[in-house]
Amino acid sequence: MQLFPCPFCGPRDETEFHYGGDAGNARPEGADVPIERWAGYLYLRSNPKGTAREIWVHMNCGEFFVMERDTVTHKVLSSTALGGEHAA
Amino acid sequence: MTRRYSALSLFKEGLAGQTGWKQAWRSPEPKPSYDAIIIGGGGHGLATAYYLAKNHNISRVAVVEKGWIGGGNTGRNTTVVRSNYYYPESVELYGLAHRLYEGLAKDLNYNVMLSQRGMVNLCHSTAEMEIGARTVNAMQINGIDAELFSPEDVRRVAPIYNFSPDARFPVFGGIWQGRAGTARHDAVAWGYARAASRLGVDIIQNCEITDFIIEGGRCRGVQTSRGAIRSERIGMAVAGHSSVLAAKAGFRLPINSYALQACVSEPVKPILDTVVLSPGCGVYVSQSDKGEIVIGGGLDRIPSYAQRGNLPTLETVIAGLLEMFPIFGQLKLMRQWAGIVDVVPDSSPIIGESPLPNLFLNCGWGTGGFKAIPAGGTLLANLLATGKHNDISRPFDLDRFATGRLIDEAAGSGIAH
Ligand SMILES: Cc1cc2nc3c(=O)[nH]c(=O)nc-3n(C[C@H](O)[C@H](O)[C@H](O)COP(=O)(O)OP(=O)(O)OC[C@H]3O[C@@H](n4cnc5c(N)ncnc54)[C@H](O)[C@@H]3O)c2cc1C
Ligand SMILES: [Zn+2]
Repeated sequence: MQLFPCPFCGPRDETEFHYGGDAGNARPEGADVPIERWAGYLYLRSNPKGTAREIWVHMNCGEFFVMERDTVTHKVLSSTALGGEHAA
Repeated sequence: MTRRYSALSLFKEGLAGQTGWKQAWRSPEPKPSYDAIIIGGGGHGLATAYYLAKNHNISRVAVVEKGWIGGGNTGRNTTVVRSNYYYPESVELYGLAHRLYEGLAKDLNYNVMLSQRGMVNLCHSTAEMEIGARTVNAMQINGIDAELFSPEDVRRVAPIYNFSPDARFPVFGGIWQGRAGTARHDAVAWGYARAASRLGVDIIQNCEITDFIIEGGRCRGVQTSRGAIRSERIGMAVAGHSSVLAAKAGFRLPINSYALQACVSEPVKPILDTVVLSPGCGVYVSQSDKGEIVIGGGLDRIPSYAQRGNLPTLETVIAGLLEMFPIFGQLKLMRQWAGIVDVVPDSSPIIGESPLPNLFLNCGWGTGGFKAIPAGGTLLANLLATGKHNDISRPFDLDRFATGRLIDEAAGSGIAH
């Protein structure tokens, strides 16, 4: 059983968290977005082997945050609230 | 020297003290160039090489594998073979694989131990029974053998299920495919390897592809841990590592890699002679020819390249197993392991050209590509040989994510991969 750090609640059981996709995958804006761009946003994933920056949600408190994690060792490198993201 | 396997060759080798068997496949040094290179020596890669030589007469082919052949998911899966899918496109694909599996031992002169013991997908409520009827109808319309089972039918094929009145997941019936079953996973890899090697294919193990040679915007070969190998036609069938190689080729895929785990018990006497899947319990189970109970379940919860699987998921699987078969509470687990699978949003594979010209894809099989090996090999071979799709592979092209023509088998047949 692994503990994940929620930036709001602290270390909690991994089963309380849900994976939400790549961090920085911004939704395209505007009326003339080409379909390739939509497909990229909706479906393409970085899926790195090693360090990954991902969006997670802590289902108990409902907060979304960014977690940096090694996908091979599962070691957590950082965990930041989504708002703090831009500041960093 | 004994090359072909037969009752007579077994007998002769018996007399000769088993000293005359030839190595099943050659292990040559990589040549500087080939007519085609296949990345990944799993079932799909080896089958591709075999069908390139057999169907298209292209045998200057290298299969390049970073570890040992069949050491990936092909040697780690729970060996279920079936074609009970929902959409016509999937039925064409998995139906082709299923038919080829039925003739495979003969075709390869290698016993892949296909055992068509049947498979039942259980329904645990009236609502699930209605979905079950819809699925059976779809399969029958598409020409796939399927039957709607009553509780009595289920009791006949799986008498040790928990039929007690206070069972948490009572049986309302099930979806039955009689031609489904299991095959020996290692034998599928070894059989294709042996047959391909005999047709001239070079199988190169312990050789990792580290980069692509890209010239004039086209893929012209690969860099490996044993030097450069050039070719104008490169196929990639690396399952859970597709995104890693795609990144080296300069594109992304609609794939997340997850660990999928399985476990087996100690061997026991024959007690279960069919494959039983319960979506409610999140478990499927069969008994191997050696007597082990082979147990599989859902994906791990987090994207991962750690080839081991995690405890919360294993606990869920075992809890589900004991709901289904309380009698298994006395079993000892012998081994647990995991493979890294490539999960696609619509739970269907990706077969087709990649964004890098000359590089073709066979990936995204997720948790269910073992049953598809003969078809995946046939279709990637066709793409490499002709540069074009045929009718069966066309719907599985990468462009479906831009056109929106997804083949959503998670919604269609409830297959969670
Ligand atoms: C626990 C588990 C249970 C499963 N149960 C079933 C089942 O019951 N039925 C079913 O149909 N499917 C099942 N599957 C899925 C099935 O095993 C896979 O879809 C299938 O084996 C994929 O075959 P493949 O040839 O594409 O991949 P693999 O067999 O994984 O082969 C890919 C190969 O590529 C190699 N490779 C990777 N990167 C490189 C590189 N850079 N250079 C060279 N080589 C490289 C790997 O070493 C590997 O050997 C299961 C999977 C798992 C993990
Ligand atoms: Zn929290």
